[in-house]
Amino acid sequence: MTVSTGSGGRRGRFVRRIAGKFHVADAASGDIWDAIQLARHQDRPYPLDYISRLMPDFEEIHGDRMKGDDPAIVAGVGRYNGAPLAIIGQQKGRDAQDRAYRNFGMPSPEGYRKGMRLMEICDRLSIPLVTLIDTPGAFPGAGAEERGQGGAIAHSMMMMLGLPVPTVAVVIGEGSSGGALALGVADRVVMLENATYSVISPEGASAILWRDAGKAKLAAAAFKPTAANCYRWGVADAVVPEPEGGAHLDHDEAARLLDGYLSRTIRELQALPIADRGRQRRERFRRLGAVRDAGV
Amino acid sequence: MERNSYVCAVCGHHFAMTARQRLDHLADDGAWEEIGGDLRAADPLRFVDLQPYTDRIRAAEAKGATEAIISASLAIQGQPCVVAAMDFGFLGGSMGSVVGERFARGAEVAVARGVPFISITSSGGARMQEGVLALMQMAKSIVALDELAAAGLPFIMVLAHPTTGGVWASFASLGDVTYAEPGALIAFSGPRVIEQTTREKLPDDFGLAERQVEHGHVDAVVDRRELPARVGRLLAILERPALDETQSLASQLAQNGTERAARMAQALPSLSRRLRGRPEHAAADSGADSE
Repeated sequence: MTVSTGSGGRRGRFVRRIAGKFHVADAASGDIWDAIQLARHQDRPYPLDYISRLMPDFEEIHGDRMKGDDPAIVAGVGRYNGAPLAIIGQQKGRDAQDRAYRNFGMPSPEGYRKGMRLMEICDRLSIPLVTLIDTPGAFPGAGAEERGQGGAIAHSMMMMLGLPVPTVAVVIGEGSSGGALALGVADRVVMLENATYSVISPEGASAILWRDAGKAKLAAAAFKPTAANCYRWGVADAVVPEPEGGAHLDHDEAARLLDGYLSRTIRELQALPIADRGRQRRERFRRLGAVRDAGV
Repeated sequence: MERNSYVCAVCGHHFAMTARQRLDHLADDGAWEEIGGDLRAADPLRFVDLQPYTDRIRAAEAKGATEAIISASLAIQGQPCVVAAMDFGFLGGSMGSVVGERFARGAEVAVARGVPFISITSSGGARMQEGVLALMQMAKSIVALDELAAAGLPFIMVLAHPTTGGVWASFASLGDVTYAEPGALIAFSGPRVIEQTTREKLPDDFGLAERQVEHGHVDAVVDRRELPARVGRLLAILERPALDETQSLASQLAQNGTERAARMAQALPSLSRRLRGRPEHAAADSGADSE
């Protein structure tokens, strides 16, 4: 299986294959809806499923040292390819009880601040950072607002942008809204084959744009938030393949495929001088968008 | 109304202002020069909800504004600066690619000229019709502020009603000093979304500027009629003494395309003074180059 790494002919072939597959999906909203269901499949691997396979020796940190600990975000350091690696990710639950405990993967400010605690450690101890993004959005609650949800997301982006160490953001499931992007300002942003990345969940968009909670399928078709499209828009640098039928069918194989991409990419990023990495990271996000120039 | 800064003389209610009105109100003699004014919204997703995005853009443009933000060079109380003012009347002040780009260009002009950057927000958040590309404008605004910080220049925020969603969760939360207008709603998730999701019953003053001061997210609530004087005073306080030479060196270097050197020169005034002064110092001084 070839994994896109950002250069060379292999990337072209691989992306065409994926893009070809999703080209069909673009035409019919039902297929995009299927992709969204797959991205949210309850058997899909979550950060702790990848962590246990990629780095058996893992020390999870807890708490933001200010208020509390947020189970919707896991963060810690582990041993990976003979060196330390830090991971931050949104963690969903698998059964009803666990889902409630993890708050459905919707982080609170304490979660982002725990992440920033780890980023500060990465900076000081020169540890590369991988984020695993999977959230319907940051938690919308009065308490979260009072404790600074907006500022926590903004500061998390700013801190990630400035990290001197290699950083890779992987959208492993659904990446929705600023709650996802808070962990997404990295040297490389990649998506698993069946992951989605969007400004808002289809349900949220349905309620706001259609003023009708039942139009989520229409909203999904309008956003087209698939990995192939995000690659075309430049939002994702690469698409990492999943096991045949989807990551939920084979966690071991899903972790192996991600491992292949991560090992190579972290090595590539480490070979770059710090200043170049920082400049390229800034340029990457400075560029994104689509505008018309009426002056020309 | 215009003479009273669009504030009700009886009850003090702050009415919505367009970006042009904002700049006219803040700028000395109402004089400002627009940055990135030719940029217009595109439709990268060919987005259609209840109506096509292109129709929404056309209808908004027909009302006179060209986008939901204007960046401009101007002076406030004699202090040169760059201001990025948002306009809730243009598609709810939503942040799409043009808003992100004009904001970033405003910050870049501030860096090139070595002046402070100010933003006045009035926005529902990211522009959904531009999908994930609208989300990425949050990150773009962060890159712009990072450049500003590297140049050692201040960022001042004025939060007007409303400042919510992706705008509050990006640059609007990162002011060195943050003012809010009376009664402005400031929140990541709006009250309706919170009540629907959590079934919480929110107090009537949820997220209002006055509560945000209590919770520590805003420095002060400032009446709009006092805003030019208040911002002007802050700019005067923050003005750096005796850095004129360094600043002009920095802008010269920036014009020559050595942007990083310019940033260094601005961030490290003592170093740049030392480097520039070395030949004379070597001759006239006995090596006492530490400060």
